[in-house]
Amino acid sequence: MAKTHVSTTINGEPIEFLCEPQQTLLDVLRDELNLTGSKEGCSSGDCGACTVIVDGHIVCSCLMLGAEAEGHKITTVEGIAEGEKLHPVQQKFLEHAALQCGFCTPGFIVAAKALLDENLNPTEEETRYWLAGNLCRCTGYDKIIRAVLDAAAVMRGENPPSPAA
Amino acid sequence: MPSLNFAAPTSVDEAVKILAGASGMTKVLAGGTDLLVQLRSGRARPELIVDTKRIPGLIGIREESDRFVIGASTPGVMIYENQALTRAWPGIVEGMDLIGSEQIQGRASLAGNLCNASPAADSVPALIAARATAVIAGPNGKREAPVEAIVTGPGQTSLQKGEFIIEFHVPKPKPHQSDAYLRFIPRTEMDIAVVGCGVNVTLDGNGVCTDARVVLAAVAPTQVVAEEAAAALIGDKLDNDTLAKLDAAAGRACKPINDKRGTIEYRVKVAGVLARRAAAIAFERAAKR
Repeated sequence: MAKTHVSTTINGEPIEFLCEPQQTLLDVLRDELNLTGSKEGCSSGDCGACTVIVDGHIVCSCLMLGAEAEGHKITTVEGIAEGEKLHPVQQKFLEHAALQCGFCTPGFIVAAKALLDENLNPTEEETRYWLAGNLCRCTGYDKIIRAVLDAAAVMRGENPPSPAA
Repeated sequence: MPSLNFAAPTSVDEAVKILAGASGMTKVLAGGTDLLVQLRSGRARPELIVDTKRIPGLIGIREESDRFVIGASTPGVMIYENQALTRAWPGIVEGMDLIGSEQIQGRASLAGNLCNASPAADSVPALIAARATAVIAGPNGKREAPVEAIVTGPGQTSLQKGEFIIEFHVPKPKPHQSDAYLRFIPRTEMDIAVVGCGVNVTLDGNGVCTDARVVLAAVAPTQVVAEEAAAALIGDKLDNDTLAKLDAAAGRACKPINDKRGTIEYRVKVAGVLARRAAAIAFERAAKR
């Protein structure tokens, strides 16, 4: 069986890889490119732990073949921070302790970042609907939603008080 | 197990040639949100996957003088972001938008939702109600079929070997024509329809219905064009008597199964309720234009 040669852009860098036809983008990211930030939860598009941004839209990388990445621009959780500087969503996840086991966190960070790229002033309801495709079995979501709304405020230039430690 | 191959043709002709020439199980790939789950679970074991998304026109929405042309593999996010289509057919757009999460909307397509051939497919009833057609490419050229002619049973379609859908044609609404789609699920997001209902109505200047289509989902092996339910609307304004007739007729159109999502009795009841509610929304929208 022929491997497919794929040219793509991942986190701003041109990347080429070979993949088997049945390998998902998630398989390629984790197993071929050592980008293990994206997590495999359900492998059926329900949990969102493998969320990446493809050409500006979030997708489950478990529901996309590696071969389908040809010519597309992909952002993974590894591409969210600028060098050492955390994205406001990442910073607020830390401040709010919006994670416990952390397995769902990369997917939430990527999905929330994509929301704020599109809408800097989402309501709580909009934020909850947007993140309905990301499951967290530890936190009960409340801290996650607060972290995202606070990150939005920071990105709007406001200065929300940090939550008490 | 036979090995899997992947092809990503860049023209309709090339795709037809590949599909028609393939031996063994072949799957057409649009957004992949159903197909990849089936691959993973082993429910589908194709020898060839043919990705349609690099074929020009398969992704995108084009507005022509009398219709919208929606590329078969256009993802949900491009459909709900299209303002002209959303203004023209809010029901079609809300049906598509109900499918899955934001992540799923980034990939899932009308052709995929249709050809996966689930009786519960949310994007299908309003398309049928709007008298949309599917343009199918195949070894004998192109043909056009009403959307309701595609699905023949759960997981089964009328598409022949070498055929695949390239686009949907949706006529533009007439004056005082609009639509609505409602789905019942026991939660607010991320679930499969217990019942779905698309209603498309045309009114005269006095609010009297002159044309209607009522299409039900998840109450039979395929989507159901409920003709008696539509007839209950035509010639009347939307008063309580009309709504009661619609409710009863929608229930009679159902041939549901008992499963974990609902019993036969429950689905019949909910079909009537959804038909009434969707009709009320469609009438209100139609009266405003």
